[in-house]
Amino acid sequence: MSDVLNVPTMASMAAAGKEPELLFWVGCAGSFDDRAKEITKAFVKILNHCGIGFAVLGTEERCTGDPAKRAGNEWLFQMQAFANIERLNAYGVKRIVCSCPHCFNTLKNEYPDLGGGYEVLHHTEFIDELLAAGRLQIEGQAYAGKCITFHDPCYLGRGNGVYEAPRQLIERLDAELTEMKRCKRQSFCCGAGGAQLFKEPEKGDRDVHIARTEQALEVKPDVIATGCPFCHIMMTDGVKHEERETEVGVFDLAELIARAADL
Amino acid sequence: MDVSNLVFVLVLTAAIWLFVRNMRKLRRNIQLGRPIGPRDRKAARWAHVLRLALGQSKMLAQPVPAVLHIIVYAGFVIINIEVVEILIDGVLGTHRVLAVLGPVYNFLIGGFECLALGVIAAVTIFWIRRNSLRLRRFWKPEMRGWPKRDANLILYFELLLMLAFLTMNAADRALQLRGFGHFKAVGSFPISGILVPFLQRGLTAEALLALERSAWWFHILGILAFLNYLYYSKHLHILLAFPNTWYAELGPQGRLDNLESVKAEVALMGNPQADPPVKPADSDEGVGLKFGASDVVDLNRLQLMNAYSCTECGRCSSVCPAHATGKELSPRKIVMDTRDRVEAVGRIIDTKGRFDGDGKQLLGDYISPAELWACTTCGACVEACPLGIDPLSIIIDLRRYLVMEQSAAPQGLNAMMAHVENNAAPWPFPQGDRLNWRTEGRVK
Repeated sequence: MSDVLNVPTMASMAAAGKEPELLFWVGCAGSFDDRAKEITKAFVKILNHCGIGFAVLGTEERCTGDPAKRAGNEWLFQMQAFANIERLNAYGVKRIVCSCPHCFNTLKNEYPDLGGGYEVLHHTEFIDELLAAGRLQIEGQAYAGKCITFHDPCYLGRGNGVYEAPRQLIERLDAELTEMKRCKRQSFCCGAGGAQLFKEPEKGDRDVHIARTEQALEVKPDVIATGCPFCHIMMTDGVKHEERETEVGVFDLAELIARAADL
Repeated sequence: MDVSNLVFVLVLTAAIWLFVRNMRKLRRNIQLGRPIGPRDRKAARWAHVLRLALGQSKMLAQPVPAVLHIIVYAGFVIINIEVVEILIDGVLGTHRVLAVLGPVYNFLIGGFECLALGVIAAVTIFWIRRNSLRLRRFWKPEMRGWPKRDANLILYFELLLMLAFLTMNAADRALQLRGFGHFKAVGSFPISGILVPFLQRGLTAEALLALERSAWWFHILGILAFLNYLYYSKHLHILLAFPNTWYAELGPQGRLDNLESVKAEVALMGNPQADPPVKPADSDEGVGLKFGASDVVDLNRLQLMNAYSCTECGRCSSVCPAHATGKELSPRKIVMDTRDRVEAVGRIIDTKGRFDGDGKQLLGDYISPAELWACTTCGACVEACPLGIDPLSIIIDLRRYLVMEQSAAPQGLNAMMAHVENNAAPWPFPQGDRLNWRTEGRVK
């Protein structure tokens, strides 16, 4: 496998007169957070391996406005949405895949009313499609028999009812999926949502992400899998706080799949 | 007809009149809120009502209270068929008029009795859970005072009504067995029948008659009193569960509404041809335009109906991650505060005829910013609510006011918003660096 990632931008595609079948919406964490960038790259490896004709907005991508909206700044949110929708519509984008459930939710549910109607997928749904269609095969046994627990991101699960796609992926890994007591509809937040990641926690007994990490560690997992870069940040911090980072890994499903497929 | 029928008709009329008055007040108070958009997807709405309100599907998350609740609920609905008979008898002076149904009547009365016993058992267990086992969700700060008394009063009401119903039947049966007056042998009494031998032994026919009449009156007066208690109680959910689930936002749950007032502004800004008319200096157009909510009149009617529908069960708060980690936020308190506030505003209108402020508002006087800023918008509260109440939408509307009208966001959020504004990301990295990951750390 080539180490060079093939990541065309919408601008370069448009200049060449081409229309990609898919836009990969990278999001702020996937662009800027060192650990989340690994998730971005893992997903791109999968896209490259499967020969998906995709593109990114690159330097034309802006925040979807999710943290601003949930902090209460509707004005700032709609300004971001306005600029993004202008751009997406100008490129004639029809299908978008997101590796962040916050971007996913905002693009899917809040943009249509503002003039931006697209088919929006979460990357676990897209990878699941690839596996189901046989376009991606997992031959490696990197996670066979390992105990993996999945932390449902709020905006993927409760917010949009996507519970099965991520679990399908874990099954494909031949791993043992062990559910936390609070999973799926009853899942417990990692503590980052609603723009909490960007502020100090309010006064309380403890931090939300520590409580969630403890729930995850209760099932004695080898790996805590997530599908959200913000959950990823929180759970990684939680595992470090519990001093368990040498035994328990926190990975995004795209990373697990890419590794198991030897990409 | 005799005097007792006349009294009955008067009491019944008064009770209905009071009830209608309360329901009008309820409607008026809910309409203090902003109108909500048209409700399409009618079939999905009815399905939602059937699933949540009638089917109580969300109660199943906790099987023990779910079973107890369904017993009380079935008891309430089905035993009320008996009230039809009581009303006819009360007005016309007949006795057990529905006995003409024959075997069906026997089956009905027998069924009511079994349900009544079930209700007594369920209500007793509910009382024990609440007061002896002291389940945590019933002992939170917002449950002090009236909410706790209200919850217990409802249980006492239900217990007494069922006891009166069974006592009435037992005395009736005892009189039937003695062939007393107009007491013909009708109905079947599997539960109250157990009491009959004791009554037979201890009481004269006149005493039995007095007992039967007292229990009959107690039962029906109790029901009419309960009907009028609803407006002041969390028990209002038995009525509002239905409209509340019908009008609910049908999701997806992750979606928040886009503020119309902001949409208009952004559209204007984004249109290079826009030429907004210059307003004369004394124009009051745009005055009173408010972003977000600081009081109940800024909330919408669905949110206010939500507040009146709340049973204060606390499922929302017990699943809330902020609440679980000791933050000030309790979604139940948000909803209860909203009801308390809209009631307070309603009382001012009752006395003064209008509401032009009382120096208080929902934000600050009832709900503190610390509560609002603890929310992770995870939606667990919305998911948990058996009645489809959305505490999150109220939190967001209050946050909107804090941020857009008062610029009163916590420091971290102000920094985040400044970054989004300046470099289109919540972090201080320039937009031009968004693609750097593509070439960073590449293995050559």
